Amino acid sequence: MAGSTAGSPRIGLLALQGAYDAHGRLLRRLGADTTEVRLPAQLNEVDALVLPGGESTTLLKLIDAFVFEEALRAFVQSGRPVLATCMGVILLAENVTNPPQRSFGLLPVDVERNSYGRQVESFEAQATFAGETFDLVFIRAPRITRTGPEVETLLTYENDPVLVRHGNILAATFHPELSDCTAIHGQFIEMASRISKPNHAGTGK
Amino acid sequence: MSERGTLRLKTGLAEMLKGGVIMDVTDADQAKIAEDAGATAVMALERVPSDIRRDGGVARMSDPLMIRAIQKAVSIPVMAKVRIGHFVEAQILETLNVDFIDESEVLTPADEKFHIDKHAFKVPFVCGCRNLGEALRRISEGAAMIRTKGEAGSGDIVEAVRHIRAVVSGVKRLTMLGDEELMTEAKDLGAPYELLRMVAKEGKLPVPNFSAGGIATPADAALVMQLGAEAVFVGSGIFKSEDPSARAKAIVKAATHYRDPEILAQVSEGIGQAMRGIDVAKLPEAELLQTRGW
Repeated sequence: MAGSTAGSPRIGLLALQGAYDAHGRLLRRLGADTTEVRLPAQLNEVDALVLPGGESTTLLKLIDAFVFEEALRAFVQSGRPVLATCMGVILLAENVTNPPQRSFGLLPVDVERNSYGRQVESFEAQATFAGETFDLVFIRAPRITRTGPEVETLLTYENDPVLVRHGNILAATFHPELSDCTAIHGQFIEMASRISKPNHAGTGK
Repeated sequence: MSERGTLRLKTGLAEMLKGGVIMDVTDADQAKIAEDAGATAVMALERVPSDIRRDGGVARMSDPLMIRAIQKAVSIPVMAKVRIGHFVEAQILETLNVDFIDESEVLTPADEKFHIDKHAFKVPFVCGCRNLGEALRRISEGAAMIRTKGEAGSGDIVEAVRHIRAVVSGVKRLTMLGDEELMTEAKDLGAPYELLRMVAKEGKLPVPNFSAGGIATPADAALVMQLGAEAVFVGSGIFKSEDPSARAKAIVKAATHYRDPEILAQVSEGIGQAMRGIDVAKLPEAELLQTRGW
């Protein structure tokens, strides 16, 4: 429970499956305090949450097996910051296609899975974000096919939104955790710092 | 401007598979069972290793028709195996758009001297290893993921344990050596000096390190992961067991909660008989698969 210095946010990495460790390495490099979340009760101990990339079909099985859905919904709705990448976006979306799949509907976007094709079609591209050249790493990536009116598009690639914000949710269809560019994680830590209070750790909701 | 087939994209897919279970399947029905159980990927092959061992003969790349049927049946990544050194089988699998190629000792080697130049491909490769030197040689050739070999088709975890321990302690040892000792270490391991220096500095391999070869129970999966593997491959262990679906689901949960003995106890309950297995210590040297490749 202890270990988080007063005022610095503790960021949870949903560690059921996927690239949680890559996010953790980058966040720690930026000075954040991270912890792996494998059981629903552990969500009470964190100020912000990363929903990493991975296999969404696997994630859904594990969410059901360990009764995570309600706690995850409550976390997102509590207003605490969430950084969702790739699979994380698929989980939070309103509608998922290719193939159709259950999702939480907490982020007003529609998503097509594996939209650019299989692994040999995975690609890297560049874009400018927050004044720096950002490497966009797309791996068997989903595509956002519709955004609700209240969703803010922060970055597009070939006319598709690839980084969006909706309230406390920051969502990327690519993998900022696999690039050396830190602007997105930096912004996420800032969102988390605004929410974190001293002596928060272990105090529950 | 966009770029494909970069090392970052290749190791990136391996990052996405961490904490998961990659399952051997021989047809679309098994692939569906694996996906429904929560596999992060499937390995398409004609016979699981224990059958290859039983049947003997030459084991080769699978029929493209079967690989396509599996790709159609599931939305998770589909991997397939090529013989060590058989770069034409690899060219074919790349054309088939498989997501990962396993240059595997489970198939009969095509080349006793040279492994495939994996840099020449856009599709990522995983290769087996028994120790740090072998891991670093494969990474230098372009492997985007390493899996310790274990002894495929045995259902005996002892070799998987030996190999993951060898890799992990090899890396630890590097971090303790002085700079002047690294060249001799490179010579002794038969590994490239520059890569070895990088591992000594970072304290970890530059690509994800998974475990394979002998995993038959949730406890086996958790064991190799507590020893340092970042995910597991399960071959014969699932579809040669009494209740493949129940066992597959249990191993998926064990890979997530590998440090939680209470959950491991729960998931190990009532999942039927494990594959029968062979005691590797009683296998004649000539029947070992792990000694293929160098």
